[in-house]
Amino acid sequence: MKIAGILQALLWRDIKLAMRRQSDVVATLFFFVVAVSLFPLGIGSAPSLMHAIGPGVIWVAALLSSMLSLNRLFSSDYADGTLEQLLLVPMPLTLILAIKIFAHWIVAGLPLVILAPILGLQFDMGAKDIGILVLSLILGTPLLSLIGAIGAALILGMRGGGVLLAILVLPLYIPVLIFGAGAVTASVNGISPEGALSLIAAMLTLGVVFAPFAAAVALRISLE
Amino acid sequence: MNWYKFSSPKTFYPVAGSLAPYFLGVAGALLILGLYIAFFLAPTDFQQGEAYRIIFVHVPAAWMSMFVYLIMAGWSVVGLSLNSKLSYMMAQALAPTGAIFTFLALVTGSLWGKPMWGAWWVWDARLTSELILLFLYVGYMALHSALDDVRRADRATAVFALVSAVNVPIIYFSVKWWNTLHQGASVSLTQAPAMAKIMLMGMLIMSISFWMYTIGVALLRLQCIIAEREREIIWMNEAQRSE
Repeated sequence: MKIAGILQALLWRDIKLAMRRQSDVVATLFFFVVAVSLFPLGIGSAPSLMHAIGPGVIWVAALLSSMLSLNRLFSSDYADGTLEQLLLVPMPLTLILAIKIFAHWIVAGLPLVILAPILGLQFDMGAKDIGILVLSLILGTPLLSLIGAIGAALILGMRGGGVLLAILVLPLYIPVLIFGAGAVTASVNGISPEGALSLIAAMLTLGVVFAPFAAAVALRISLE
Repeated sequence: MNWYKFSSPKTFYPVAGSLAPYFLGVAGALLILGLYIAFFLAPTDFQQGEAYRIIFVHVPAAWMSMFVYLIMAGWSVVGLSLNSKLSYMMAQALAPTGAIFTFLALVTGSLWGKPMWGAWWVWDARLTSELILLFLYVGYMALHSALDDVRRADRATAVFALVSAVNVPIIYFSVKWWNTLHQGASVSLTQAPAMAKIMLMGMLIMSISFWMYTIGVALLRLQCIIAEREREIIWMNEAQRSE
């Protein structure tokens, strides 16, 4: 089997597995919606306030819900022994992990991007701002999966790993949050969001190159 | 001289024990000298009055907080590339000291901020990134204590230290740009007017004192870590008995 074939099979396998357990995927999405809806209830719903907090609230909720789904990345494969078999595949582990992270993004990140416009409407955003929101999430959520994969690999198989994962990963998410929410806020305020978007794209490029490698190192340590 | 000799916990254990008191002694002496300069020799600042004197603790603590993280990352690189046990222990021994300095920098900063800016906390770029640095220290230590297998804990925290150390400059600049995006820099720490020589002197002495303290305490903590990990091994029991 050629490398491309193996990678394609891996990608389909991960997506199929996620689709067979839809409740997980749906629960994370629902968390995203619920978390976002809590803020107006807690803070109040004056239109000027909505404009000010909307981008940040949506981005923070996206951050948290993509963190919640990180456990799925390796844990079930670890539990049934698939992960150890993947380590034995005569291919760079970095590549395999890159595919797994991509599959995770399709299942956990892409739905957030698709849902975001509806939430943007709740916060009274204009069409252009919603476009920027979607664009910033398209660039940002893969980065969240990439950084998160390193953390998920480090805490693999640990009891009570969920809280620890939050402590490890959330500080590293901060730049993504700043530029992601910053791009949308700039657009809402009539400033060009191009700078912030370019910076997320630059970080994404770095992440694609280095994060799978770091996750592979971490995974080997955890599975030793 | 074969430096690798000292990379074994067995040979380094007594060395650490005999070096630590010297470092701590120098640290104590310089601390007294530095504080004397800070409280008695340094002139009162004409803008900030007496409150500025906290910089003699604040600035060295902030320097050390960042520097210690870099050193930890450095030892992690050595550990991951040469696979030497002692380097991991070194990184582990430094973490609590770094966290304490970060905390100290935050506390002294807010004590200074209240009379100067009228607020305990300002979302200034430096404050925010220092806070995130504290989170990273806490994450590092939490990860180490959560993993039961010491070998795995060593290597996992080394990977985390490296990944997060690479992130520290990115975090710093992102917070800085975020700050300028949201609000005009309401407070700037950089307007330092040419500092009196004696102030600079006091700050340098305090920095060296903190530095020596870090080394001394890290060596003592290293001894504890070695003793804890090698407790089943014969040389350790003999060393304990002879003490």
